[in-house]
Amino acid sequence: MTLGWDYPLPCRRQRAEADPYTHRLVGVLKLELKGITKRFGSLVANDHIDLVVEPGQVHCLLGENGAGKSTLMNVLYGLYDPTEGEILVDGKPVVFKDPGEAMAAGIGMVHQHFMLIPVFSVAENVALGNETTKAAGLLNLEATREKIRRISDQYGFDVDPDAMVEDLPVGVQQRVEIIKALVRDAEVLILDEPTAVLTPQETDELLEIIRQLKRDGKSIVFISHKLREVKAISDTITVIRRGKVVGQADPSASPTELASAMVGRSVSLTLDKAPANTGEVTFKVRNLTVTDHNGQHVVDDLSFDIAKGQVLAIAGVQGNGQTELTEAILGVQPHVAGSITLGGEELLGKSVKHVLGAGVGFVPEDRTLDGLVGTFTISENMILDLYDKAPFASGVGMKPGVIAENAARKVEEFDVRTPSVSAAVGTLSGGNQQKVVLARELSRPLRLFIASQPTRGLDVGSIEFVHKRVIAERDHGTPVMIVSTELDEVLQLADRIAVLYRGRLVGIVPAGTSRDVLGLMMAGVPAAEAEANASAHASGATTPATVSEPVGHEGESHV
Amino acid sequence: MSATTQSPASKQPDAGKATRADRAGGQAGTTGLVSWKAGVGLGLLAILGTVLFGFLANTKSAGFRIAEARDPNASSTAAWITLAVALAATAYVGYRWISHRREGRGVDRWIPATTIAAVVVLGLAALGVARVEKITVPSMALGWTCSVLLLALAGYACFLTVQRRRTPGWLGGLFAVVFLVGFMIWIVAGGRDPEPSISLGGLMAGAVTLAVPLVFGSLSGVLCERAGVVNIAIEGQLLLGAFSAAVVATVTGNVYVGLISAAVAGALVSLVLAVVSIKYLVNQIIVGVVLNVLISGLTSFLFSTLLTADPEHLNKPGRLQAVDIPFLADIPIIGPILFRQSLVGYLMYIAVIVVYVGLFHTKWGLRVRAVGEHPQAADTVGINVNRTRFINVLMGGAIAGIGGSFFTLVSVDAFSKDMSGGRGYIALAAMIFGRWNPIGAFLAALLFGFADNLQSIITIIGSPVPSQFMAMLPYALTVIAVAGLVGRSRPPAADGIPYVKG
Repeated sequence: MTLGWDYPLPCRRQRAEADPYTHRLVGVLKLELKGITKRFGSLVANDHIDLVVEPGQVHCLLGENGAGKSTLMNVLYGLYDPTEGEILVDGKPVVFKDPGEAMAAGIGMVHQHFMLIPVFSVAENVALGNETTKAAGLLNLEATREKIRRISDQYGFDVDPDAMVEDLPVGVQQRVEIIKALVRDAEVLILDEPTAVLTPQETDELLEIIRQLKRDGKSIVFISHKLREVKAISDTITVIRRGKVVGQADPSASPTELASAMVGRSVSLTLDKAPANTGEVTFKVRNLTVTDHNGQHVVDDLSFDIAKGQVLAIAGVQGNGQTELTEAILGVQPHVAGSITLGGEELLGKSVKHVLGAGVGFVPEDRTLDGLVGTFTISENMILDLYDKAPFASGVGMKPGVIAENAARKVEEFDVRTPSVSAAVGTLSGGNQQKVVLARELSRPLRLFIASQPTRGLDVGSIEFVHKRVIAERDHGTPVMIVSTELDEVLQLADRIAVLYRGRLVGIVPAGTSRDVLGLMMAGVPAAEAEANASAHASGATTPATVSEPVGHEGESHV
Repeated sequence: MSATTQSPASKQPDAGKATRADRAGGQAGTTGLVSWKAGVGLGLLAILGTVLFGFLANTKSAGFRIAEARDPNASSTAAWITLAVALAATAYVGYRWISHRREGRGVDRWIPATTIAAVVVLGLAALGVARVEKITVPSMALGWTCSVLLLALAGYACFLTVQRRRTPGWLGGLFAVVFLVGFMIWIVAGGRDPEPSISLGGLMAGAVTLAVPLVFGSLSGVLCERAGVVNIAIEGQLLLGAFSAAVVATVTGNVYVGLISAAVAGALVSLVLAVVSIKYLVNQIIVGVVLNVLISGLTSFLFSTLLTADPEHLNKPGRLQAVDIPFLADIPIIGPILFRQSLVGYLMYIAVIVVYVGLFHTKWGLRVRAVGEHPQAADTVGINVNRTRFINVLMGGAIAGIGGSFFTLVSVDAFSKDMSGGRGYIALAAMIFGRWNPIGAFLAALLFGFADNLQSIITIIGSPVPSQFMAMLPYALTVIAVAGLVGRSRPPAADGIPYVKG
């Protein structure tokens, strides 16, 4: 790879490697962004952003989904060309035409969605783009394996270079991504929402790795909207809102202060809700098993109940059978055994239409894929379930007037911000799209309400709204099932919490259960054992090696 | 399907099980859905085999002529040497296999395949050393033997399915071999002569020759699809390659220039595919189909207006003669099949090896496969996705073009209308059957070539089956093969999806 600028690369490397094993190495690369602006058409994703990443620091970019954090980092990493502004490395302006050049300058990035090839081995993934070759261009994977082993030993990663990436758990895949950056001698490591897919324990392990990297003199740019992690790990916090830097914050600031800075108005992080007024049990799932096309039991022998006026939250790391569970209830999974009854009526084996007709409201986890037809108007999306019923239809004809009137009423009620009900739903923001889905699903008389990842990708304001509607539906006397991978959301909404791990029910625990216990359960540890473990740790009985320090208890000792 | 509706076999509601379901346990702990596809498919074929080879068997004997050596002395020497080499190779590979097994290490993928190849060569060399010239077998007795074997294998497959175990790969392979033997005996014994016989060597040699354009076509497909571009235009690349080879070789009076021009012509077709599908993001399948129709029309038009008017100056390219490779060509049976090819035939061997090594053992191949699997990941490590795709599509076109020159420089020494005759599509099937692997595609193409040649030989000796039905054979085989009787194959994940940055 040729470098597009005059930059004394070898010098910097020598400085970095002069004393690689003293764990108090001073950072070596200073990164500055000056007036970076990125426009996509009329949309301004980044508006004159200034940022300085000091060597050997953990610099957090705090902002809501869609604030422009990822865009900024993609500009820095050479994936997007900035519309205006410049990047300085050690005071010298540089231009990265592609990620290869950014890497050569010592910048590494771990993307939110891992950039790993599932059917390649770890070694192949690490080698890609940075291959060591023998004569005639033949691959020398042994050299790469050696590098992986060395880094793996140094940081205690425990990664097998010959494992297939698709067989590895997400936490390990993330380490492979970090190795990828380290093999390329990255001095600045950008981590884009690194904890989104991790269990609380894996998150703690990651934070420990970040501290270790910092001790070795690397700078870290940590992108997140999760306040607890940001507070635990950062040296400097830059808050970004709507593409602009709104200020620096101190890691010791309270979560409410940080949240207010992030959203731009005062927010309440707690949800006011009355205690559940539980009625009779109407929704029962017994021995539910879903088999996928490979013959794996993706949902394995689940049994649980939900009573009227109660919220059961299904917690768990993504991909542990949540999707299949909700789809099985709705009737879109092909190989299902067991029993699902609502008010005594068996739903298993019935058509989706029948299930919806029985009073099931369903908010799918991916609203753009399963919840809405993007090119249809808001009014049309509002009646996707009732298009053939009165009052929206008579005979084979539809009644546009009634449909539009219905939409106008719902838009008002659910505070959907749109210029018109005849706007295509795909043009709305995520939060407004989700409100359309909610408006549709809550407009039928419900006997069961299921919401999967109801606030994924929403801004704080919309999250508040969605949570209030969910609780309102509960208080209305409907059994509610929430599926969420966000522990905060689970803790806020739930009256009972069921934890899934590899398609099995680890246990059902009451709402007040601590994060630590839930975290262990999300890794498959049964409730009683998790309880014991967590309390033992709280009293300091276990060695720090077995359970690393949880985020909540972290002081400033390392900073 | 019945397995799916049963209640779960293992009912373990205890939560403790969840902790044990660690990574390995998650795989092993499930009771798999075992498909009845293998059992039912093999069963139907076995019944068909029994009816044909057993009940409809002929009382005549079936003869297979084997060796027709040109120089008995050289042939004998070559046979002994081959026998020795094959013996050593078999012993070595067998030793590796057994020692790996004993140490509990995984057996490398190439070992079983190489062992089978070595044993086959060993057997053929032994036939050559023994100077066996013809094998004559009673068709009735062997037909019944094959039928019983087929029924037994199908029964075992069903038994395994009932036991909820997967049908192993060797079972399907063995079944195919037995079916083929039974079929050959039955079909030859049905010939017109009182003692019908066919030349086995001629059959195989013809199969390799007919496979040449298929192999080039499927390699073109492999190169494109491994990089994530679907290449339906193989047919057009073959056809334009054939056309330009014929015309350029005639005009320049040099067949080698014709050969090069064929590669250029194929690359030209690819260039259109690449520009339109990679740069302008038009659906790759539609572009491919349109290119095929376009080139068929273009060459037909030029053929009927220009080439038929003046064949002497435009459509008389001359031939690439078959070249014997010294020593290797003298090996009985194997020599005439593999080492008496034209230049294009030898280029085929080289191309298969180069593409295979290139894709799986070089830096270039790693990048190409990454681009075909996860272009965004490739982009983030500094690989230019669209340039990689562009280059690969061009190379694929050039390779298919060389395959096209086979029609006009080797097979027939003139161009005629639509002479590729749908082989581009069969090549596509060979690529899928070969699981996007150059070696697999090569073997699949050989199989299709074999079916093609068998069909024409059977028509010559006369058979109980109508010739139209036999003409169906290669295509029927394609359908069965691609429909996945042989196993599931996974295409590159980003195959056919254009890459747009950002």
